[in-house]
Amino acid sequence: MTATGVPAPGVPATGAIGLRAPRKEDPRLLRGRGRFGADFSARGQLWARVVRSPVAHGRLRAVDVSRARQAAGVAAAVTATDLPGRPGGPRIPVRLAVQDIDLSRYLQPVLASEVVRYVGEPLAVVVAGDPYLAEDAAELVDIDIEPGPAVLDARAAATPGAPELHPGGNVAAEFTLGFGDVAAAFATAARVVQVELDIGRHGAVPLEPRTLLADPDPVTGALDIFGMTKVPVFNRDLLAALLGMDETLIHVHAVDAGGGFGARGEFYPEDFLVPWLARTLRRPVKWVEDRAEHLVTVNHSRQQSHRLAAAFGPGGRLLGLRADVVHDNGAYCRTHGIIVPELTLAMLPGPYRVPAYHGRVQVVLTSKTPCGTYRAPGRFEGSAAREQLLDVAADELGIDRVELRRRNLLRPDELPCQRAMSTLGTDVVLDAGDYPALLAAAGAEASRLGYPAEVAAGRAAGRRRGLGVAAFLEKSGLGPQETADVVISRTGAVHVYSGGTSLGQGIETVLAQIAADVLGLDPAGVSVVNGDTALQPFGGGSWASRSTVVAGSAVHAAAGAVRDRAVEVAARMLEAAPADLVCAGGAVSVRGDPGSAVTLGEIAAAAGPASRWLHSGEPAGLSARRRFEVTHMTYPYGVHIAVVDVDPGTGGVQVLRYLVAYEVGRAVNPTLVEGQLRGGAAQGIGGALLEEFCYDEAGQPQSVTFMDYRIPTAAEVPPIDVLVTQDSPAPGNPLGVRGAGEGGVSAAGAAVASAVRDALGLAGSVGQLPLTAARVQELASGGGGR
Amino acid sequence: MKDLHLIRLRVNGREHELAVESRRTLADMLRHDLGYTGTHLGCEHGICGACTVLVDSVPARACLMFGVQADGSEVATVEGLADGEDLSDLQQSFSDRHGLQCGFCTPGFLMLAEGYLAEDRPGAADAEPTEAEIRELVAANLCRCTGYQGIVEAVLATARARRKRDSP
Repeated sequence: MTATGVPAPGVPATGAIGLRAPRKEDPRLLRGRGRFGADFSARGQLWARVVRSPVAHGRLRAVDVSRARQAAGVAAAVTATDLPGRPGGPRIPVRLAVQDIDLSRYLQPVLASEVVRYVGEPLAVVVAGDPYLAEDAAELVDIDIEPGPAVLDARAAATPGAPELHPGGNVAAEFTLGFGDVAAAFATAARVVQVELDIGRHGAVPLEPRTLLADPDPVTGALDIFGMTKVPVFNRDLLAALLGMDETLIHVHAVDAGGGFGARGEFYPEDFLVPWLARTLRRPVKWVEDRAEHLVTVNHSRQQSHRLAAAFGPGGRLLGLRADVVHDNGAYCRTHGIIVPELTLAMLPGPYRVPAYHGRVQVVLTSKTPCGTYRAPGRFEGSAAREQLLDVAADELGIDRVELRRRNLLRPDELPCQRAMSTLGTDVVLDAGDYPALLAAAGAEASRLGYPAEVAAGRAAGRRRGLGVAAFLEKSGLGPQETADVVISRTGAVHVYSGGTSLGQGIETVLAQIAADVLGLDPAGVSVVNGDTALQPFGGGSWASRSTVVAGSAVHAAAGAVRDRAVEVAARMLEAAPADLVCAGGAVSVRGDPGSAVTLGEIAAAAGPASRWLHSGEPAGLSARRRFEVTHMTYPYGVHIAVVDVDPGTGGVQVLRYLVAYEVGRAVNPTLVEGQLRGGAAQGIGGALLEEFCYDEAGQPQSVTFMDYRIPTAAEVPPIDVLVTQDSPAPGNPLGVRGAGEGGVSAAGAAVASAVRDALGLAGSVGQLPLTAARVQELASGGGGR
Repeated sequence: MKDLHLIRLRVNGREHELAVESRRTLADMLRHDLGYTGTHLGCEHGICGACTVLVDSVPARACLMFGVQADGSEVATVEGLADGEDLSDLQQSFSDRHGLQCGFCTPGFLMLAEGYLAEDRPGAADAEPTEAEIRELVAANLCRCTGYQGIVEAVLATARARRKRDSP
């Protein structure tokens, strides 16, 4: 086991990779000089306000904008009938299609035209010269809806005879994943253990609401867009197709983004409506959503019911696993399609030796805000259910719960382990690692930090204190490809144009470190632009913990190519053999003779178009574009350990201690890895205890402010201990990195549930997350466990 | 007909005179009329605290105040913290302790903490601020990225350093 920040043996400890370099993003953000979407304005801009359905389900009889059009300052008010093409305008397609399932009947129109299916669904847009006037006019839009029955329970919605939200019914998809002979496993089992666990509906809820500014060029018709993030190139291409434009006429600019976590930057109705209005009106149009809108419009996530059964042989050996999952996807299938339920099934066996597995999921549509991914999609949910199952099984089998896990974790000699199923279009091949060693290391770290002693002391003092343990498998580095450009200018400055996007995770710093490492520079000398579609037209975006892995590998390759080109040109200038040259400290010099150096700036000038150093036919410039391709994901893994106090009277749960142990392969910047894990754990604690999108029986959202949708504060989140290990570099990329974005949140529901179950001494599972006060009171008084 | 009021205020020591509508929030006025876009709006209902500024040295939610209410006041925003190119001790401490990720909530936390640190609390000169005290302060605002640890550490370290600096 290596300490944080120290590379494992075999990993070269070169230059900038592994440094706790200061973040390049910090100075501007600390000064209030960040450029977030709402900070951009264009001369003569109009402000858009979206009018939304106040009813969960019903037939739309009329949307009358005539009064709104007469209101002060209003430039336009549009409904579905004003949109181009079919009623309701274009449907937003699925970005990530999987399992060959056709979801086209369930896609969301950009404005509802006949039926409304959730509170918050866009019905009209009002555009005015001032945001206050736009809101005033939006109040004047008259909406006539004949209410229909709201469909709120996914299991009920999937049964025959339930009110139908779509002509095709409420079950958008139903599929299975699995391998091995599950029937035989259960037939020969010494013991079968079953649990149920429901995960509550919650979501990313970044602190910055969504924003968009679309600025049309009156001459060329080109569009400048500010505020698209995450997958700007995909969104540009989709927008171009929907507007019938050439994609290069749309320039999505890089902006600072106030957190993403999966939800921000997907293509939403407003991503069509705002640019379309700007083009139609030939005026810049700006839109900034408010928090109440955000909580009912941006992708929800997580709500799933899980029924799990495991067959155990002698000694607690897992023989087989069955999972029956119902996924509540809300009113439509959005850009993520059905990848969350797919990932749930594909990742549910986790880091364990599961010889036979059968997972089945129903994706059900309900009268709620549609769903998408939220950090660790499918893994937060599935890990919580699986780890509750193992806790219950340990008790029933009379085996210590850590020991039961240790016996069933895959050993290093069993990796790579191919599971005969695929997710996100790639085979599931667990690449490498030592899962039992990390479980042992996490336990040792928790002991060193005094967790068990604290539990014992609390119990001795009469407290209901519990310890929770959860092991989990993550996935990251999803391809299929990423492109990076590295350009050195005549000042010697190094510019990286990456296809990742900055969502607050520090990717500018990480990519600068990778480029600096290759070029032998201080990262301060490298500037990074992410997510600008003109500077990097082939970017794949930032999602699925992919940026350090795939964008980083692309930058690594491009920086290496530029370094080689710099050496090649310098060799001509210095009249030396390239093999005798070294690139370091911003210059290329003859090895052993630093006085011979030419700087990168001089080399860039020498590579200029009129230079005598350039050979005939060679392109000018000191730059390189490289593409990195990956065929398989990499699988980081980890352990969470939690200590909680439960007050059976109030139902309150206080998290006292929390440890995240995570194998990241290699930490490019250990401080940022720790930050990812701490922040993720805080979000996970929120999902485990506090956060839930609630609805009343009519389908009215009850969580539309930060008073009702409870993001954890510093009072609910304890200091998070982290153990970052770098013992198992990923074999599939040149950096050995595994991605670190999601391991902090992945098993938080599992660990908190485990700790609460331990504190209360439950026989079954906790039944449901979040463990709200009312829920915990019920469990404490002997009810509700499953 | 807009209901306009002529007001005068100082922002980060600079005098401004402008006509604002009575319903315009202080946050919108700072951001859109005066260009102080470092003040961010995260909820517009007073919970998240991203829009926290100092009004006459006291932390205030700029989304819950009207611009006209700041008439005659001294307002401090995040743009006024740094001394030229040098970050303030508090800003530097946030960077040193990884107290920010996306940075959207950061101006609010900085102004909240600055208000606390500058406050003349009874007994403040005698007692080291505790982590519990700072954590309670930090719990006033929301951050979705960091888990608060770096923020608590940054404010605590600055409080201790300033106390050490200021004690004879």
